[in-house]
Amino acid sequence: MTFSPELEAKFADLITHYPEGRQRAALIPMLMFGQEEVGSITNEFMAEVARRLGLTPMQVDEVVGYYSMLHKKPMGKYHVQVCTNVACMLRGGAELYDQACHKLGLGHKEVSADGLVSLEEVECMGACSWAPAVQVNFDFHHEVTADQLDTILEGLKK
Amino acid sequence: MKLFNEPSPLETKIISFRFGLENSASIDTYLANDGYQALRKALAMTPDDIINEVKASNLRGRGGAGFPTGMKWSFVPRASEKPKYIVVNADESEPGTCKDRLLIQHDPHQLIEGCLLGALAVGAKKGWVYIRGEYNYLIHIMDKAIAEAYKHGYLGKNIGGTDFSFDLYTHTGAGAYECGEESALLESLEGKRGVPRIRPPFPAVSGAFQSPTLLNNVETFSSVPAILRMGGQAYADLGVPKSGGTRLVCMSGHVNKPGVYEVPLGFPMMKFINEVGGGVWKGRALKAVIPGGSSSPLLKSEECDIPMDYDSIAKAGSMLGSGGLMVMDETTDMVKVALRIMRFYQHESCGWCIPCREGTTWLKKMLQRVSDGHGQTRDIDLIGDLAQNMMGRTFCPLGDAAAMPTIAIVKKYRNEFEEYVARNPFAAPELVSIA
Repeated sequence: MTFSPELEAKFADLITHYPEGRQRAALIPMLMFGQEEVGSITNEFMAEVARRLGLTPMQVDEVVGYYSMLHKKPMGKYHVQVCTNVACMLRGGAELYDQACHKLGLGHKEVSADGLVSLEEVECMGACSWAPAVQVNFDFHHEVTADQLDTILEGLKK
Repeated sequence: MKLFNEPSPLETKIISFRFGLENSASIDTYLANDGYQALRKALAMTPDDIINEVKASNLRGRGGAGFPTGMKWSFVPRASEKPKYIVVNADESEPGTCKDRLLIQHDPHQLIEGCLLGALAVGAKKGWVYIRGEYNYLIHIMDKAIAEAYKHGYLGKNIGGTDFSFDLYTHTGAGAYECGEESALLESLEGKRGVPRIRPPFPAVSGAFQSPTLLNNVETFSSVPAILRMGGQAYADLGVPKSGGTRLVCMSGHVNKPGVYEVPLGFPMMKFINEVGGGVWKGRALKAVIPGGSSSPLLKSEECDIPMDYDSIAKAGSMLGSGGLMVMDETTDMVKVALRIMRFYQHESCGWCIPCREGTTWLKKMLQRVSDGHGQTRDIDLIGDLAQNMMGRTFCPLGDAAAMPTIAIVKKYRNEFEEYVARNPFAAPELVSIA
Protein backbone atom coordinates (compact mmCIF):
# COMPACT_ATOMS: atom_id res chain seq x y z
CA MET A 1 0.00 0.00 0.00
CA THR A 2 1.37 3.41 -0.93
CA PHE A 3 0.74 6.80 0.61
CA SER A 4 1.43 10.33 -0.56
CA PRO A 5 4.99 11.60 0.03
CA GLU A 6 3.65 14.09 2.60
CA LEU A 7 1.98 11.35 4.60
CA GLU A 8 5.06 9.13 4.34
CA ALA A 9 7.16 12.00 5.70
CA LYS A 10 4.69 12.51 8.51
CA PHE A 11 4.76 8.81 9.41
CA ALA A 12 8.56 8.75 9.36
CA ASP A 13 8.69 11.77 11.66
CA LEU A 14 6.02 10.41 14.02
CA ILE A 15 7.95 7.25 14.73
CA THR A 16 10.90 9.29 16.02
CA HIS A 17 8.72 10.94 18.70
CA TYR A 18 8.63 7.92 20.98
CA PRO A 19 11.27 6.05 22.98
CA GLU A 20 13.30 3.32 21.32
CA GLY A 21 11.35 0.11 20.99
CA ARG A 22 8.03 1.83 21.81
CA GLN A 23 7.05 2.73 18.25
CA ARG A 24 3.62 1.27 18.79
CA ALA A 25 2.85 4.65 20.35
CA ALA A 26 2.65 6.10 16.84
CA LEU A 27 -0.32 3.84 16.04
CA ILE A 28 -3.24 6.15 16.83
CA PRO A 29 -1.73 9.25 15.19
CA MET A 30 -0.90 7.16 12.10
CA LEU A 31 -4.46 5.87 11.91
CA MET A 32 -5.91 9.36 12.42
CA PHE A 33 -3.71 11.09 9.85
CA GLY A 34 -3.87 8.17 7.45
CA GLN A 35 -7.65 8.01 7.61
CA GLU A 36 -7.83 11.53 6.17
CA GLU A 37 -5.98 10.37 3.06
CA VAL A 38 -7.24 6.80 2.71
CA GLY A 39 -10.85 7.78 3.48
CA SER A 40 -11.47 5.10 6.09
CA ILE A 41 -9.71 2.42 8.09
CA THR A 42 -9.60 -0.36 5.52
CA ASN A 43 -8.23 -3.84 6.18
CA GLU A 44 -5.37 -3.12 3.81
CA PHE A 45 -4.52 0.08 5.69
CA MET A 46 -4.63 -1.70 9.05
CA ALA A 47 -2.36 -4.45 7.75
CA GLU A 48 0.11 -1.90 6.42
CA VAL A 49 0.24 0.03 9.69
CA ALA A 50 0.59 -3.24 11.59
CA ARG A 51 3.50 -4.29 9.39
CA ARG A 52 5.30 -0.98 9.92
CA LEU A 53 4.91 -1.01 13.68
CA GLY A 54 5.57 -4.70 14.19
CA LEU A 55 2.03 -5.47 15.32
CA THR A 56 -0.51 -8.03 14.17
CA PRO A 57 -3.49 -6.74 12.18
CA MET A 58 -5.64 -7.93 15.08
CA GLN A 59 -3.80 -5.65 17.50
CA VAL A 60 -4.52 -2.72 15.22
CA ASP A 61 -8.13 -3.80 14.75
CA GLU A 62 -8.84 -3.89 18.48
CA VAL A 63 -7.55 -0.34 18.84
CA VAL A 64 -9.59 0.87 15.87
CA GLY A 65 -12.73 -0.59 17.42
CA TYR A 66 -12.26 1.48 20.56
CA TYR A 67 -12.07 5.01 19.18
CA SER A 68 -15.13 6.82 17.90
CA MET A 69 -13.25 8.90 15.31
CA LEU A 70 -11.77 5.91 13.51
CA HIS A 71 -14.25 4.76 10.88
CA LYS A 72 -14.09 1.41 9.13
CA LYS A 73 -16.55 2.50 6.48
CA PRO A 74 -16.00 5.78 4.66
CA MET A 75 -17.91 8.75 6.02
CA GLY A 76 -19.05 11.45 3.61
CA LYS A 77 -16.71 13.99 2.07
CA TYR A 78 -18.36 16.34 4.54
CA HIS A 79 -18.89 14.70 7.90
CA VAL A 80 -21.48 16.77 9.78
CA GLN A 81 -21.32 16.35 13.55
CA VAL A 82 -24.00 17.85 15.75
CA CYS A 83 -23.47 17.95 19.50
CA THR A 84 -26.51 17.18 21.64
CA ASN A 85 -24.77 16.87 25.00
CA VAL A 86 -26.11 18.85 27.98
CA ALA A 87 -24.61 22.28 27.28
CA CYS A 88 -25.70 22.14 23.64
CA MET A 89 -29.03 20.50 24.51
CA LEU A 90 -29.86 23.43 26.81
CA ARG A 91 -29.48 25.76 23.83
CA GLY A 92 -31.21 23.73 21.13
CA GLY A 93 -28.62 21.12 20.05
CA ALA A 94 -31.15 18.28 19.91
CA GLU A 95 -33.47 20.34 17.68
CA LEU A 96 -30.53 21.12 15.39
CA TYR A 97 -29.75 17.42 15.11
CA ASP A 98 -33.38 16.66 14.18
CA GLN A 99 -33.28 19.43 11.63
CA ALA A 100 -30.08 18.02 10.11
CA CYS A 101 -31.62 14.51 9.99
CA HIS A 102 -34.65 15.79 8.11
CA LYS A 103 -32.81 18.07 5.77
CA LEU A 104 -30.18 15.50 4.84
CA GLY A 105 -32.52 12.51 5.03
CA LEU A 106 -29.87 10.75 7.10
CA GLY A 107 -29.66 9.22 10.57
CA HIS A 108 -26.78 8.73 12.98
CA LYS A 109 -23.59 7.70 11.15
CA GLU A 110 -25.38 7.40 7.81
CA VAL A 111 -23.85 8.50 4.53
CA SER A 112 -25.67 10.01 1.54
CA ALA A 113 -25.93 7.80 -1.54
CA ASP A 114 -23.46 9.95 -3.47
CA GLY A 115 -20.97 9.82 -0.61
CA LEU A 116 -20.97 13.60 -0.24
CA VAL A 117 -22.42 14.06 3.24
CA SER A 118 -22.61 12.00 6.41
CA LEU A 119 -24.22 12.83 9.73
CA GLU A 120 -23.31 11.97 13.30
CA GLU A 121 -24.82 12.89 16.65
CA VAL A 122 -21.71 13.49 18.72
CA GLU A 123 -20.87 13.87 22.38
CA CYS A 124 -19.39 16.99 23.89
CA MET A 125 -16.72 18.44 21.61
CA GLY A 126 -15.59 21.30 23.79
CA ALA A 127 -17.63 24.22 22.53
CA CYS A 128 -19.98 24.39 25.53
CA SER A 129 -19.73 28.13 26.12
CA TRP A 130 -20.57 28.82 22.47
CA ALA A 131 -23.34 26.27 22.15
CA PRO A 132 -25.00 24.82 20.21
CA ALA A 133 -22.05 23.61 18.19
CA VAL A 134 -21.68 21.81 14.89
CA GLN A 135 -18.47 20.47 13.38
CA VAL A 136 -18.06 19.79 9.67
CA ASN A 137 -15.00 17.59 9.33
CA PHE A 138 -12.65 19.50 11.66
CA ASP A 139 -14.23 22.96 11.31
CA PHE A 140 -16.17 24.27 14.28
CA HIS A 141 -19.36 26.30 13.94
CA HIS A 142 -20.43 28.03 17.14
CA GLU A 143 -23.79 29.35 18.37
CA VAL A 144 -25.50 27.80 15.39
CA THR A 145 -29.09 28.87 14.68
CA ALA A 146 -31.59 26.91 12.61
CA ASP A 147 -31.07 29.27 9.66
CA GLN A 148 -27.31 29.01 9.91
CA LEU A 149 -27.52 25.23 9.95
CA ASP A 150 -29.54 25.37 6.72
CA THR A 151 -26.88 27.59 5.18
CA ILE A 152 -24.07 25.30 6.33
CA LEU A 153 -25.79 22.21 4.95
CA GLU A 154 -26.70 23.87 1.66
CA GLY A 155 -23.06 24.92 1.24
CA LEU A 156 -21.82 21.31 1.20
CA LYS A 157 -21.19 20.88 -2.52
CA LYS A 158 -18.86 18.64 -4.46
CA MET B 1 -7.32 34.14 16.59
CA LYS B 2 -10.47 36.05 17.36
CA LEU B 3 -11.93 35.69 20.85
CA PHE B 4 -15.03 33.52 21.05
CA ASN B 5 -16.68 35.68 23.72
CA GLU B 6 -16.20 39.19 25.04
CA PRO B 7 -14.05 39.35 28.19
CA SER B 8 -15.70 40.62 31.37
CA PRO B 9 -14.32 43.57 33.39
CA LEU B 10 -14.75 41.41 36.50
CA GLU B 11 -12.09 38.93 35.39
CA THR B 12 -8.64 38.61 36.97
CA LYS B 13 -6.47 37.77 34.01
CA ILE B 14 -3.37 35.87 35.05
CA ILE B 15 -3.16 33.05 32.53
CA SER B 16 -5.50 34.50 29.90
CA PHE B 17 -4.10 38.03 29.67
CA ARG B 18 -2.54 37.40 26.27
CA PHE B 19 -5.74 36.01 24.76
CA GLY B 20 -6.88 39.19 23.05
CA LEU B 21 -3.45 40.27 21.76
CA GLU B 22 -2.64 40.29 18.09
CA ASN B 23 -0.99 37.01 16.99
CA SER B 24 -1.21 35.87 20.59
CA ALA B 25 -0.08 32.36 19.65
CA SER B 26 3.22 33.56 18.16
CA ILE B 27 6.51 33.47 20.03
CA ASP B 28 7.12 37.17 19.30
CA THR B 29 3.95 38.19 21.10
CA TYR B 30 4.79 35.79 23.90
CA LEU B 31 8.32 37.10 24.34
CA ALA B 32 7.08 40.70 24.32
CA ASN B 33 4.64 39.87 27.13
CA ASP B 34 6.65 38.20 29.91
CA GLY B 35 7.20 35.08 27.83
CA TYR B 36 9.88 32.61 28.95
CA GLN B 37 10.77 34.89 31.89
CA ALA B 38 9.79 32.17 34.35
CA LEU B 39 12.06 29.72 32.54
CA ARG B 40 14.96 32.14 32.82
CA LYS B 41 14.31 32.37 36.53
CA ALA B 42 13.87 28.62 36.96
CA LEU B 43 17.11 27.75 35.18
CA ALA B 44 18.90 29.37 38.11
CA MET B 45 16.81 27.51 40.71
CA THR B 46 17.12 24.01 42.13
CA PRO B 47 14.34 21.47 41.43
CA ASP B 48 13.33 21.67 45.09
CA ASP B 49 13.02 25.45 44.91
CA ILE B 50 10.71 25.16 41.90
CA ILE B 51 8.53 22.54 43.57
CA ASN B 52 8.38 24.57 46.78
CA GLU B 53 7.25 27.61 44.82
CA VAL B 54 4.46 25.53 43.23
CA LYS B 55 3.54 24.16 46.67
CA ALA B 56 3.40 27.69 48.09
CA SER B 57 1.02 28.72 45.27
CA ASN B 58 -1.67 26.32 46.49
CA LEU B 59 -2.27 25.43 42.84
CA ARG B 60 -4.60 22.48 42.54
CA GLY B 61 -5.12 20.33 39.46
CA ARG B 62 -7.42 22.00 36.96
CA GLY B 63 -8.49 18.83 35.20
CA GLY B 64 -11.10 17.70 37.67
CA ALA B 65 -9.71 15.98 40.73
CA GLY B 66 -8.18 19.13 42.25
CA PHE B 67 -5.12 17.40 43.66
CA PRO B 68 -2.43 19.80 45.00
CA THR B 69 -0.01 20.24 42.10
CA GLY B 70 3.16 20.86 44.12
CA MET B 71 2.61 17.63 45.99
CA LYS B 72 2.06 15.72 42.75
CA TRP B 73 5.33 17.12 41.41
CA SER B 74 7.18 16.02 44.54
CA PHE B 75 5.98 12.41 44.06
CA VAL B 76 8.16 11.93 40.98
CA PRO B 77 11.23 10.08 42.27
CA ARG B 78 14.37 12.19 42.22
CA ALA B 79 16.71 9.35 41.36
CA SER B 80 15.50 7.10 38.58
CA GLU B 81 17.29 4.74 36.24
CA LYS B 82 14.52 5.22 33.74
CA PRO B 83 14.01 8.42 31.77
CA LYS B 84 11.28 10.69 33.13
CA TYR B 85 8.50 12.17 31.03
CA ILE B 86 6.05 15.06 30.94
CA VAL B 87 2.54 14.40 29.65
CA VAL B 88 -0.01 17.15 29.15
CA ASN B 89 -3.63 16.11 29.32
CA ALA B 90 -5.31 18.09 26.55
CA ASP B 91 -8.02 15.47 26.11
CA GLU B 92 -10.57 17.98 27.33
CA SER B 93 -13.87 16.14 27.11
CA GLU B 94 -15.82 16.56 30.33
CA PRO B 95 -19.18 17.95 29.14
CA GLY B 96 -19.31 21.65 29.95
CA THR B 97 -15.56 22.21 29.64
CA CYS B 98 -13.96 24.24 26.86
CA LYS B 99 -11.05 26.12 28.44
CA ASP B 100 -7.97 24.04 27.56
CA ARG B 101 -8.92 24.59 23.96
CA LEU B 102 -8.51 28.36 24.44
CA LEU B 103 -5.24 28.02 26.32
CA ILE B 104 -3.70 26.18 23.36
CA GLN B 105 -5.42 28.26 20.71
CA HIS B 106 -4.42 31.65 22.12
CA ASP B 107 -1.31 30.94 24.15
CA PRO B 108 0.51 27.70 23.26
CA HIS B 109 3.88 29.05 24.40
CA GLN B 110 2.59 29.48 27.93
CA LEU B 111 1.87 25.75 27.93
CA ILE B 112 5.31 24.96 26.50
CA GLU B 113 6.91 27.08 29.22
CA GLY B 114 4.83 25.27 31.84
CA CYS B 115 6.10 21.94 30.50
CA LEU B 116 9.69 23.21 30.63
CA LEU B 117 9.24 24.22 34.27
CA GLY B 118 7.79 20.80 35.09
CA ALA B 119 10.68 19.15 33.27
CA LEU B 120 13.21 21.18 35.24
CA ALA B 121 11.47 20.34 38.51
CA VAL B 122 11.37 16.58 38.00
CA GLY B 123 14.28 16.06 35.62
CA ALA B 124 12.36 15.05 32.49
CA LYS B 125 13.86 15.17 29.01
CA LYS B 126 10.86 14.45 26.83
CA GLY B 127 7.16 15.21 26.82
CA TRP B 128 3.93 14.88 24.89
CA VAL B 129 0.83 17.02 24.63
CA TYR B 130 -2.06 14.56 24.23
CA ILE B 131 -4.72 16.50 22.31
CA ARG B 132 -8.18 15.08 21.74
CA GLY B 133 -8.86 14.12 18.12
CA GLU B 134 -11.71 16.61 17.69
CA TYR B 135 -9.27 19.47 18.36
CA ASN B 136 -7.40 18.79 15.13
CA TYR B 137 -6.78 22.50 14.48
CA LEU B 138 -5.01 22.82 17.84
CA ILE B 139 -2.46 20.22 16.78
CA HIS B 140 -1.43 22.57 13.97
CA ILE B 141 -1.24 25.54 16.35
CA MET B 142 0.73 23.55 18.91
CA ASP B 143 3.11 22.06 16.32
CA LYS B 144 3.80 25.53 14.97
CA ALA B 145 4.51 26.89 18.46
CA ILE B 146 6.78 23.94 19.24
CA ALA B 147 8.72 24.54 16.00
CA GLU B 148 9.12 28.23 16.94
CA ALA B 149 10.34 27.30 20.40
CA TYR B 150 12.96 24.97 18.90
CA LYS B 151 14.05 27.73 16.55
CA HIS B 152 14.49 30.18 19.42
CA GLY B 153 16.33 27.67 21.60
CA TYR B 154 13.56 27.15 24.17
CA LEU B 155 13.24 23.49 23.24
CA GLY B 156 15.91 21.05 22.20
CA LYS B 157 19.45 20.74 23.48
CA ASN B 158 21.21 23.06 25.95
CA ILE B 159 18.29 25.36 26.62
CA GLY B 160 19.41 28.84 27.66
CA GLY B 161 23.05 27.77 27.36
CA THR B 162 22.70 25.30 30.23
CA ASP B 163 22.92 21.52 30.16
CA PHE B 164 19.11 21.28 30.33
CA SER B 165 17.56 19.63 27.26
CA PHE B 166 13.92 18.94 26.57
CA ASP B 167 11.90 17.68 23.59
CA LEU B 168 8.16 18.19 23.26
CA TYR B 169 5.72 16.61 20.79
CA THR B 170 2.00 16.63 20.12
CA HIS B 171 0.05 13.40 20.12
CA THR B 172 -3.50 13.08 18.80
CA GLY B 173 -6.31 11.14 20.42
CA ALA B 174 -9.05 9.59 18.34
CA GLY B 175 -12.29 10.22 20.19
CA ALA B 176 -12.73 8.69 23.65
CA TYR B 177 -13.82 10.51 26.81
CA GLU B 178 -12.20 7.82 28.91
CA CYS B 179 -8.76 8.92 27.70
CA GLY B 180 -9.11 12.03 29.86
CA GLU B 181 -8.55 9.73 32.83
CA GLU B 182 -4.80 9.80 33.37
CA SER B 183 -3.99 6.10 33.28
CA ALA B 184 -6.25 5.49 30.26
CA LEU B 185 -4.57 8.42 28.55
CA LEU B 186 -1.20 6.75 29.07
CA GLU B 187 -2.49 3.50 27.56
CA SER B 188 -3.77 5.48 24.58
CA LEU B 189 -0.45 7.33 24.28
CA GLU B 190 1.26 3.94 24.04
CA GLY B 191 -0.98 2.99 21.10
CA LYS B 192 -3.53 0.85 22.89
CA ARG B 193 -7.23 0.92 23.75
CA GLY B 194 -7.83 3.65 26.32
CA VAL B 195 -8.69 1.53 29.33
CA PRO B 196 -7.57 2.52 32.82
CA ARG B 197 -4.65 0.93 34.65
CA ILE B 198 -4.77 -0.35 38.16
CA ARG B 199 -3.25 2.14 40.61
CA PRO B 200 -0.93 2.22 42.48
CA PRO B 201 1.60 2.55 40.98
CA PHE B 202 0.60 6.10 40.10
CA PRO B 203 1.96 7.76 36.95
CA ALA B 204 4.50 9.71 39.02
CA VAL B 205 6.23 6.38 39.64
CA SER B 206 5.22 4.34 36.60
CA GLY B 207 3.48 6.29 33.85
CA ALA B 208 4.22 6.67 30.17
CA PHE B 209 6.21 3.70 28.89
CA GLN B 210 6.42 2.50 32.51
CA SER B 211 8.64 5.44 33.42
CA PRO B 212 8.09 8.14 36.04
CA THR B 213 5.73 10.66 34.47
CA LEU B 214 4.50 14.07 35.46
CA LEU B 215 0.98 14.27 34.08
CA ASN B 216 -1.12 17.42 34.47
CA ASN B 217 -3.96 19.21 32.76
CA VAL B 218 -3.27 22.00 30.20
CA GLU B 219 -4.49 24.70 32.57
CA THR B 220 -2.37 23.37 35.45
CA PHE B 221 0.84 23.51 33.39
CA SER B 222 -0.21 26.86 31.92
CA SER B 223 -0.54 28.35 35.42
CA VAL B 224 3.01 27.57 36.48
CA PRO B 225 4.87 30.27 34.49
CA ALA B 226 2.79 32.96 36.23
CA ILE B 227 3.48 31.34 39.60
CA LEU B 228 7.22 31.47 39.12
CA ARG B 229 7.08 35.01 37.75
CA MET B 230 4.97 36.47 40.54
CA GLY B 231 6.02 34.09 43.31
CA GLY B 232 4.02 31.23 44.79
CA GLN B 233 2.73 33.23 47.74
CA ALA B 234 1.48 36.13 45.60
CA TYR B 235 -0.34 33.66 43.34
CA ALA B 236 -1.87 31.88 46.33
CA ASP B 237 -3.09 35.20 47.73
CA LEU B 238 -5.26 35.73 44.64
CA GLY B 239 -7.45 32.86 45.76
CA VAL B 240 -8.60 31.58 49.11
CA PRO B 241 -6.74 29.37 51.59
CA LYS B 242 -6.14 25.87 50.12
CA SER B 243 -7.30 26.99 46.66
CA GLY B 244 -4.73 29.35 45.24
CA GLY B 245 -4.83 31.59 42.22
CA THR B 246 -7.31 31.96 39.42
CA ARG B 247 -8.97 29.54 37.07
CA LEU B 248 -10.88 29.56 33.83
CA VAL B 249 -14.55 28.87 34.39
CA CYS B 250 -16.57 27.82 31.35
CA MET B 251 -20.08 29.16 31.67
CA SER B 252 -22.69 27.55 29.44
CA GLY B 253 -26.41 26.94 29.30
CA HIS B 254 -29.19 29.39 30.00
CA VAL B 255 -27.26 32.61 30.60
CA ASN B 256 -27.16 35.85 28.65
CA LYS B 257 -23.40 35.92 28.17
CA PRO B 258 -21.99 32.40 28.16
CA GLY B 259 -18.24 32.24 27.82
CA VAL B 260 -14.94 31.29 29.38
CA TYR B 261 -13.86 33.72 32.10
CA GLU B 262 -10.85 33.79 34.41
CA VAL B 263 -11.75 34.51 38.03
CA PRO B 264 -9.97 34.01 41.35
CA LEU B 265 -10.74 30.85 43.30
CA GLY B 266 -13.47 31.70 45.78
CA PHE B 267 -15.34 34.05 43.40
CA PRO B 268 -19.03 34.04 44.44
CA MET B 269 -21.06 31.76 42.17
CA MET B 270 -24.17 33.95 42.04
CA LYS B 271 -22.11 37.02 41.23
CA PHE B 272 -20.44 35.00 38.48
CA ILE B 273 -23.77 34.02 36.95
CA ASN B 274 -25.50 37.38 37.38
CA GLU B 275 -22.70 39.87 36.77
CA VAL B 276 -20.10 38.08 34.64
CA GLY B 277 -22.67 36.02 32.77
CA GLY B 278 -25.34 38.72 32.62
CA GLY B 279 -27.89 36.62 34.50
CA VAL B 280 -30.28 33.87 33.45
CA TRP B 281 -31.58 34.39 29.94
CA LYS B 282 -35.07 35.44 28.85
CA GLY B 283 -35.72 37.00 32.27
CA ARG B 284 -36.33 33.56 33.76
CA ALA B 285 -35.47 32.31 37.24
CA LEU B 286 -32.50 30.08 38.00
CA LYS B 287 -33.37 26.45 38.64
CA ALA B 288 -30.06 24.63 39.05
CA VAL B 289 -26.35 24.77 38.31
CA ILE B 290 -23.92 22.01 37.39
CA PRO B 291 -20.75 23.55 38.85
CA GLY B 292 -17.87 21.53 37.43
CA GLY B 293 -18.64 19.46 34.37
CA SER B 294 -21.50 16.99 33.96
CA SER B 295 -20.04 14.55 36.49
CA SER B 296 -20.44 17.04 39.34
CA PRO B 297 -23.73 16.78 41.25
CA LEU B 298 -26.01 19.67 40.41
CA LEU B 299 -26.89 22.34 42.92
CA LYS B 300 -30.40 23.74 43.31
CA SER B 301 -30.67 27.50 42.95
CA GLU B 302 -30.93 27.99 46.72
CA GLU B 303 -27.64 26.09 47.16
CA CYS B 304 -25.72 28.32 44.75
CA ASP B 305 -24.97 31.23 47.03
CA ILE B 306 -21.43 29.97 47.68
CA PRO B 307 -17.86 30.87 46.74
CA MET B 308 -16.37 28.91 43.86
CA ASP B 309 -13.41 27.14 45.41
CA TYR B 310 -12.70 23.45 45.83
CA ASP B 311 -13.63 23.20 49.50
CA SER B 312 -16.76 25.39 49.48
CA ILE B 313 -18.27 23.48 46.58
CA ALA B 314 -17.33 20.16 48.18
CA LYS B 315 -19.09 21.30 51.36
CA ALA B 316 -22.21 22.01 49.31
CA GLY B 317 -22.08 18.39 48.11
CA SER B 318 -20.61 18.87 44.68
CA MET B 319 -17.25 19.56 43.05
CA LEU B 320 -15.46 22.34 41.25
CA GLY B 321 -14.21 19.65 38.88
CA SER B 322 -13.10 20.86 35.49
CA GLY B 323 -14.68 24.30 35.79
CA GLY B 324 -17.57 23.59 33.44
CA LEU B 325 -20.44 25.55 34.95
CA MET B 326 -23.78 24.84 33.31
CA VAL B 327 -26.73 27.06 34.17
CA MET B 328 -30.32 25.83 33.92
CA ASP B 329 -33.39 28.01 33.97
CA GLU B 330 -36.78 27.24 35.51
CA THR B 331 -38.12 25.54 32.37
CA THR B 332 -35.42 22.82 32.38
CA ASP B 333 -36.74 19.26 32.42
CA MET B 334 -34.54 17.40 34.91
CA VAL B 335 -35.57 13.94 33.70
CA LYS B 336 -34.28 14.84 30.24
CA VAL B 337 -31.07 16.24 31.75
CA ALA B 338 -30.47 13.06 33.77
CA LEU B 339 -31.10 10.92 30.70
CA ARG B 340 -28.79 12.96 28.47
CA ILE B 341 -26.01 12.82 31.05
CA MET B 342 -26.40 9.05 31.36
CA ARG B 343 -26.52 8.53 27.60
CA PHE B 344 -23.13 10.21 27.50
CA TYR B 345 -21.52 8.10 30.22
CA GLN B 346 -23.01 4.90 28.82
CA HIS B 347 -21.56 5.73 25.40
CA GLU B 348 -18.17 6.60 26.86
CA SER B 349 -17.81 3.78 29.39
CA CYS B 350 -14.80 1.82 28.17
CA GLY B 351 -16.34 -1.51 29.14
CA TRP B 352 -13.31 -2.62 31.12
CA CYS B 353 -15.12 -3.14 34.43
CA ILE B 354 -18.61 -4.44 34.99
CA PRO B 355 -20.14 -2.00 37.51
CA CYS B 356 -19.57 0.84 35.08
CA ARG B 357 -20.35 -0.95 31.82
CA GLU B 358 -23.54 -2.60 33.09
CA GLY B 359 -24.44 0.15 35.53
CA THR B 360 -24.45 2.93 32.97
CA THR B 361 -26.32 0.72 30.48
CA TRP B 362 -29.10 -0.13 32.89
CA LEU B 363 -29.33 3.40 34.25
CA LYS B 364 -29.74 4.67 30.71
CA LYS B 365 -32.46 2.09 29.99
CA MET B 366 -34.37 3.00 33.15
CA LEU B 367 -34.04 6.74 32.63
CA GLN B 368 -35.16 6.27 29.02
CA ARG B 369 -38.18 4.31 30.25
CA VAL B 370 -39.20 7.06 32.66
CA SER B 371 -38.57 9.73 30.06
CA ASP B 372 -40.65 7.83 27.47
CA GLY B 373 -43.56 7.72 29.89
CA HIS B 374 -43.40 4.01 30.69
CA GLY B 375 -41.77 4.36 34.10
CA GLN B 376 -42.95 2.95 37.41
CA THR B 377 -42.39 4.33 40.89
CA ARG B 378 -40.03 1.45 41.61
CA ASP B 379 -37.86 2.56 38.67
CA ILE B 380 -37.13 5.81 40.47
CA ASP B 381 -35.94 3.96 43.57
CA LEU B 382 -33.98 1.49 41.49
CA ILE B 383 -32.20 4.27 39.61
CA GLY B 384 -31.08 5.77 42.90
CA ASP B 385 -30.08 2.38 44.32
CA LEU B 386 -28.15 1.26 41.28
CA ALA B 387 -26.27 4.54 41.02
CA GLN B 388 -25.45 4.39 44.71
CA ASN B 389 -24.07 0.88 44.25
CA MET B 390 -21.74 1.98 41.47
CA MET B 391 -20.05 4.53 43.69
CA GLY B 392 -16.48 3.58 44.52
CA ARG B 393 -16.83 0.16 42.87
CA THR B 394 -15.34 0.90 39.50
CA PHE B 395 -11.81 0.72 38.18
CA CYS B 396 -11.60 4.41 37.42
CA PRO B 397 -13.66 7.51 38.30
CA LEU B 398 -15.97 7.20 35.25
CA GLY B 399 -18.38 5.09 37.27
CA ASP B 400 -18.57 7.71 40.00
CA ALA B 401 -18.84 10.41 37.35
CA ALA B 402 -21.97 8.73 35.99
CA ALA B 403 -23.47 7.91 39.38
CA MET B 404 -22.94 11.19 41.23
CA PRO B 405 -25.07 13.49 39.05
CA THR B 406 -27.77 10.82 38.79
CA ILE B 407 -28.05 10.42 42.55
CA ALA B 408 -28.22 14.19 43.00
CA ILE B 409 -30.87 14.74 40.32
CA VAL B 410 -33.12 11.91 41.51
CA LYS B 411 -32.81 13.08 45.10
CA LYS B 412 -33.32 16.77 44.47
CA TYR B 413 -35.96 16.54 41.73
CA ARG B 414 -37.75 13.32 42.61
CA ASN B 415 -41.07 15.10 42.13
CA GLU B 416 -40.33 15.54 38.42
CA PHE B 417 -39.65 11.83 38.02
CA GLU B 418 -42.89 11.11 39.89
CA GLU B 419 -44.80 13.40 37.55
CA TYR B 420 -43.53 11.41 34.58
CA VAL B 421 -44.60 8.17 36.27
CA ALA B 422 -48.03 9.61 37.17
CA ARG B 423 -48.63 10.32 33.49
CA ASN B 424 -48.00 6.66 32.64
CA PRO B 425 -51.46 5.15 31.97
CA PHE B 426 -50.07 1.69 32.64
CA ALA B 427 -48.43 2.47 35.96
CA ALA B 428 -48.49 -0.50 38.28
CA PRO B 429 -50.84 -0.18 41.25
CA GLU B 430 -49.42 0.22 44.72
CA LEU B 431 -48.37 -3.12 46.17
CA VAL B 432 -50.75 -4.26 48.90
CA SER B 433 -49.70 -6.66 51.59
CA ILE B 434 -51.73 -9.89 51.54
CA ALA B 435 -50.35 -11.17 54.81
